[in-house]
Amino acid sequence: MRCARCTRTGRETVNKIFEVPLYAYEASPDQSTPAPVRHKVIVVGAGPVGLAAAIDLAQQGVEVLVLDDNDKVSFGSRAICFAKRPLEILDRLGCGQPMVDKGVLWNKGKVFFDERQVYEFDLQPDSGDQRPAFINLQQYYFEQFLVDRVRELQAQGAPIEIRGRNKVEAVGTHPDHVKLEVETPEGSYTIEADWVIACDGAGSPMRAMMGKDFVGRVFEDNFLIADVIMEADFPSERWFWFDPPFNKGQSALLHKQPDGVWRIDLQLGWDIDKEREKRPENVIPRLKAMLGDDVQFELEWVSIYTFQCRRMEQFRHGRVIFAGDSAHQVSPFGARGANSGVQDTDNLCWKLKLVIDGKAPETLLDSYDVERIHGADENILNSTRSTDFITPKSAMSRVFRDAVLDLSEHYDFARPLVNSGRLSVPCTYDGSPLNSADALNGPAETRPGAPCPDAPLGDEFLLPKLAGEFTLLTIDADAPDEIEEDGITVKRLALSVKDDPTLTLKRRYLGDATGAVYLIRPDQHVAARRDTYEENAFRHAVRRATGKE
Amino acid sequence: MSDLILSPNLTDADDFYADLLAAHEGLEQADSDALNARLVLVLANHIGDNAILKQALDAAALKQE
Repeated sequence: MRCARCTRTGRETVNKIFEVPLYAYEASPDQSTPAPVRHKVIVVGAGPVGLAAAIDLAQQGVEVLVLDDNDKVSFGSRAICFAKRPLEILDRLGCGQPMVDKGVLWNKGKVFFDERQVYEFDLQPDSGDQRPAFINLQQYYFEQFLVDRVRELQAQGAPIEIRGRNKVEAVGTHPDHVKLEVETPEGSYTIEADWVIACDGAGSPMRAMMGKDFVGRVFEDNFLIADVIMEADFPSERWFWFDPPFNKGQSALLHKQPDGVWRIDLQLGWDIDKEREKRPENVIPRLKAMLGDDVQFELEWVSIYTFQCRRMEQFRHGRVIFAGDSAHQVSPFGARGANSGVQDTDNLCWKLKLVIDGKAPETLLDSYDVERIHGADENILNSTRSTDFITPKSAMSRVFRDAVLDLSEHYDFARPLVNSGRLSVPCTYDGSPLNSADALNGPAETRPGAPCPDAPLGDEFLLPKLAGEFTLLTIDADAPDEIEEDGITVKRLALSVKDDPTLTLKRRYLGDATGAVYLIRPDQHVAARRDTYEENAFRHAVRRATGKE
Repeated sequence: MSDLILSPNLTDADDFYADLLAAHEGLEQADSDALNARLVLVLANHIGDNAILKQALDAAALKQE
């Protein structure tokens, strides 16, 4: 993938995984047919979001073709911080475990102001979840594990294909299909799809070719990202500096990645010469000032980025659906880019599958717009607020920012005001047209629209049991083993609070209730819940959750 | 929702005012601004309720009801 957000640069190092073609160009029979070949779904872009979408569809038996203008994984580490919810989604996509095995786990963070540490925090992993709050993993590994999963699915005969160096040059939209002009090293060809998912990044050529808006706020700032390889005894923690002596008036971030690679982010301000700042002779003195003269390090990747907080007004445009950075862009504070893109695909793919199978009306896809625009707005709000704290926009906002930091060193109360990035948490689809009214006096965290929180069940966990289909989750409540409503099969998962001696299941799903019945969507969001099973209510809820009410 | 108190409520208004000025005595403008900002944050935390704080922001901005 070409990096759309970041300016590509850096010192060339040999044999990095991001320099080896992972899906090299090969001629396809589609290029020599007289009439354009029609595919079920074409995904444009083989980044984290495009690959996740393709895997999700292929696992459901939907024929899917991924086109990418490049043939390699992400150049440089780029997105490095992956949150619990995307990891749970990746578990459903069959590749969460290698990510967690390779990734660096971290819970602790330190905040520095000027020359001193003002406080440290611990994102205590909320016990009861299989997956940690976060792992750090270079985007190139993330993409590689996804490509590995694609290869595994192909070996099992799943209808999925990636075509490298296939660049979409033109888009034609029709009521029942989309036509794409694709350029390859051997010339261009025309291809068609019933549906197109555009996951071609923040600079989305698809968006530009379709002439769609992308409005929002540009932040006038530049950040230097450097990935350095060093043998250092810094712990696996997130260290964030406001106004440090080695980068006066700006901010800095240090974060650990696998393989002894450290991510360093240095705010540079607006009025700088980007080309000059990227040169190693200018980067290295900055890093030495930060790390100390005696730390040996090697630069793996250097980039300077600016960012925007903006989104498209609509993500779905007929049969072309935008997901990830092509649809919405946020500041990097809070790790909300790739994380929210993966959640887009989680939301979209089951809906698209039902529409393709004729089991739900096409209008179900409009709920993707409603729900993921809600998510994008939440992410934009949070990351804009972080940016305003990190980069005060006026003299008085700096006075308040510094006041918060000074107070946070002495008093706990000020710490929630410190904002060095509100780390990505999944969005609850409050007000979604797919939700049924809450009919359980239960915990707020599992209200309709919420993503199901995990719970331990002996040696197993709850979420893997809710994988990819509508589920009727009963906790100490009766219900039929299976119901079918207008083509949608809902299977029961019968549990008891006794299945979880830690009482996490009870705390998260029952609260003070003695029993509960939940209708869970294929993307593990709650569609409806009641204290007991009532057939009409749940049949109605299934219809509602599939866009039929 | 409770209302912001805008009638006299200080136990001893003159004493508080003298303490406020004394806290700023001899400070440079920047230090005074910082002190005021910290004071606002400390008091805001004590109040805690965003509805009241919003009324306070409006009152301080001399916005009429």
